[in-house]
Parts: sequence; C-alpha cells; structure tokens
Amino acid sequence: MTKEPMTDDAMTDPSTADPSTTDSAATPMVTLRGVCKHFGHHQVLYDVDLTVPRGETLCIIGPSGSGKSTMLRCINHLEDISAGQVCVDGNLIGYRLRSDGRLHELHHRRAAEQRLGIGMVFQHFNLFPHMTALENVTLGPIKAKGVAKSEIEPYARQLLERVGLGDKVTAYPSQLSGGQQQRVAIARAMAMRPPLILFDEPTSALDPELVGEVLDVMKDLARTGGITLIVVTHEMGFAREVADRVIFMDAGRIVEEGTPAEVLGDPQHARTRSFLSAVLH
Amino acid sequence: MSITAKIRANQPPARADVVPLRHWGRGVFAVVVAITVVVIVNSLATNPNIEWSIVGDYLFDHNILRGLRKTLEMTVLGTIFATALAVVIAVMRLSPSKIISGTAAAYAFFFRGIPLIVLLILIGNLGLFFKNFTVAIPFTDITFWSRPVRDVMTPFRASVLGLSLAGSGYMSEIVRGGLLAVGRGQHEAAKAIGLTSGRTLRYIVLPQALRVIVPPLGNELIAMLKASAIVSVIAGGDLLTVALGISGRNFRTIEMLIVATIWYLLVIVVLSIGQYFVERKVAER
Repeated sequence: MTKEPMTDDAMTDPSTADPSTTDSAATPMVTLRGVCKHFGHHQVLYDVDLTVPRGETLCIIGPSGSGKSTMLRCINHLEDISAGQVCVDGNLIGYRLRSDGRLHELHHRRAAEQRLGIGMVFQHFNLFPHMTALENVTLGPIKAKGVAKSEIEPYARQLLERVGLGDKVTAYPSQLSGGQQQRVAIARAMAMRPPLILFDEPTSALDPELVGEVLDVMKDLARTGGITLIVVTHEMGFAREVADRVIFMDAGRIVEEGTPAEVLGDPQHARTRSFLSAVLH
Repeated sequence: MSITAKIRANQPPARADVVPLRHWGRGVFAVVVAITVVVIVNSLATNPNIEWSIVGDYLFDHNILRGLRKTLEMTVLGTIFATALAVVIAVMRLSPSKIISGTAAAYAFFFRGIPLIVLLILIGNLGLFFKNFTVAIPFTDITFWSRPVRDVMTPFRASVLGLSLAGSGYMSEIVRGGLLAVGRGQHEAAKAIGLTSGRTLRYIVLPQALRVIVPPLGNELIAMLKASAIVSVIAGGDLLTVALGISGRNFRTIEMLIVATIWYLLVIVVLSIGQYFVERKVAER
C-alpha cells in the first residue's frame, strides 16, 4: 500500500499558506515574451507571452501538437527558442544580452547551472535505470550542486518518505510500478530544492489506476506552497481542483487563460469549448 | 465404429507412461562427429612426422613463456588503449559538429580499412621514413623534445600501437552503438537536474552503454589476442615470434606451432570464462 502524502495542514488555502504569492512587488517566477519556436520550416510557437507569479500552480491544457510541451521545454532551455525571451526568477534563460543588443546563446555549462533551479518531471519518468531510487534522488545534488552525500541523503530519504516511498529507497526503477517511478521522479526534482518545477504530462503514460497516487503527490506539493508549479496535463479534475490558473493552448498560441472556473467552467472561445467537450464529454 | 467410440477407445489409461520423441538424426550426427575426431586425433598422435615429445619439451620452455607474457601484455595494453581511444572516437562521432564527427569518421574508416599486417609493417618500419620524433612548434626552430625513431619505436611498442589503432577503429563502432542505445529521455533527465554534458556521459550514459558494449568487447579482447600473433611480422617478441624463432633453429615447425596453439587456446578458455562472469555482472538489473 502506498501512503497518502496529503497532510491536514497542507490543505489550507495556498494564498494564505504562502506569503510570497501576495507580494506583488516580487519579480514573477517565469516570464515569456514573444517566444517563437520553429522546427525547421514548421513553427510550433507563435509570439507566446506568459507571466507566472511566484508560488502559482499553473495548468496548461490543449490538444496534442498545440505546443504546450514545447513551451514548457523552452522554460529550462531543453529547447532553444527562435525568437523572444524566457526569464526565470528575473534571469534570462539560455541566452545573454550582450552590448551589441543581441541575445547570445550561453555556453552549455552555464545553461546547466541555470537548470539547477528548475526542476522537471517527464511524461516517461526518465529515471536512471542503473541507480536505486535513493541514488536517483541524490545524484543531482551531489554531482551537479556539489552537496556532500551525507548531507543530502537524510533529506532524500525524507522526500521519498513524503511521496510515500519510504520503503523503496533501495529499489531500482525496474522494480517499481509506473506510479512509483513517477513519484521517485518528483522526489528527484524536489531534491534540488528548486523554486520552480515543470511537469510535462506527468500522468499520461500511467495505467489509469496509478494516476491518482501521482496526482496526490502533486496536490500535496501545490498546497504546501512555496514552489511554483507549471503542469502540462490532460487531467481536468486535477486542474480544476489545484490550479490557481489554467491556460488553454492551441496551434502554438495561448487562446484563453483564467481561473479553472473561468476556463474550464465557462470557456469564452469556441476552440476551448470544442476541446473541453471532447475531453470531458 | 462411430467417431466418439474411436476417441473413447483411443483414450489412455489414467496413469500411462510418456515416451518422448526419438531424435534419430542427432544420434547419427554424434556418431559421425565421434568417428571424425578419432580419425583426426589418431592421425596426429601416430603421425611419424610429429614428435610429440618435442611439444612437451617446449610447452614450458622459458622462451615460450616469455613470448606468452609479451603476447598477454600486448593484448591487455592494446585492449586498454583501444577502448580508451574508441570511447573518444565514438563520442566525437556523435558530436553535432560536422568537423568533429567527420574527423572521427575518417579515423575509424582509415584504421578499420587498412589491413593490420600492413599497419604493423608501416609502424614497425617508421624509422625508414622518419628520422626523429620531435615535440616542437611547427615551422619554427623551437624544439622541446627530440629522439631517434628507432630508439622510441621498439618492436614491442610498435606492436602495441598497431594493435591499439586497429582495435580502436572497430571498437569505436561498438561503443557508438552502446551510446546510441541510451535514450534521449536519459540525456534530458540528466540535463534537467543540471548535469553538464561531461558528467551526463560519465554518470548516466556510459554506465548504461556498458551493458551493450561489454559483451562484444569481450569478443574484441579475444580477437586482439589472436591478432597479436600478426606482430611476428615485425618480430614483436610475442608467443608466435618466439615459437617460429625456435623452429628456425630446430626445424620442428609443426611442433612449435602446436605449442603456440595450445597456449592460445588455453588463454582463450580463460578469457571466455572471465567474459561469462563479466557479462553476468553487467547484465544485472
């Protein structure tokens, strides 16, 4: 049996739980300005503008091929962008503005440093199969951040405990179910103590009965607050329940955005309505 | 008799014995093989032209054992250098830069294409067309280090170099296959936790590639052992060089070749056993 990671005190309203969300003077966690992305001649993102305040839980929905995953991957520079700019925590991501007024791509080592503060959870988990759950979680802090093993291990065990896998510390990914693997992947992202975590369709590759345990962990994260979560998802129930804001994307553009009640309950655009009726039926 | 009655009549008693299918062909094959082996062994053992006592005399001859040691040293050094070079070449081949991947492809093409015997003769006779090895800044008079080629390129070193270069060409393809077997998701996950590409290679990609690389690498080690016999063309001092050298004095060529053969096979048996255990270790998980 997996443990229920939700705690009572985590159930409080996120706006009161995290003071930083009410601080309007703080720089936003993520800003996208005029972001375009081409794959060869094919354009997948058109002039995307987006601001994500600190501590927000943002859900991105939309049909496949709408550019939601690509946009997410631009935020930590897994994809380079063709035009525009991406800022995380006030820092330009992947590029540097030089005195010639142009954006120069960063050396990959600098880009790697920037990713230390941006966690990511993938659709297919992408755990390292040759490492135990604990090693998966501690690798980043030890090898990328230079934290001592003795220092990070207790925290990593605590994180695995929190995602309900305290008894799977020494298990290899092949010995875990999809849901358990994805929870290890979430712990792996959290171990870096990032202020921002990106989720790329985290439950799409899971058997239906395993979706709930992963969503529970994510709800726990969202409600505890303090971390900004951007979640590309097809789970409308999750979006309605936890998201502070929902964005609907189609054909490389943000078509509609608002609170879950607005976007999911009372969509203004025909495209949003047809998508939602197809998904929710 | 109706059909149902037939089936009923054919039904076995409750506890019938089971007789497995007889494979007569296998029995015939075994007999043929046994006869062939007996004929060959008999013709060798009773052959008046082979003096088996000489094989026994020379099997543990100290020159033969010294040659065997050289062969093992060459094989081990050659495999180590070849593997290290192969990893570098394989990583270069996967570089997005056309210049880097092209250089690596040209390297692999050249050293895989040229016959080992030609490569060894070229390296072994480097002194014929180059006087000195020199470390210097090209096109200036500044020289840091200079030695005659003949002093540096001993037959043993030439052998190791030739085996390493030729082996690395082949092995780079094996390593490349292993690197490609590690999915894009692994690279992305490593990137996402902030690992640099060097650390990704070291902690994520190579350990996983090893599972694909090690089994064929074991075969390469055995191939390297056999290829090392070719260094006898530059008098590399290996097992075959020594065996042929002795045969030149006692004129017992076949006996000396049998001595060498026994040792090669013995070493291959040992290597195969080692390979089995290494493969089992790597295949875990």
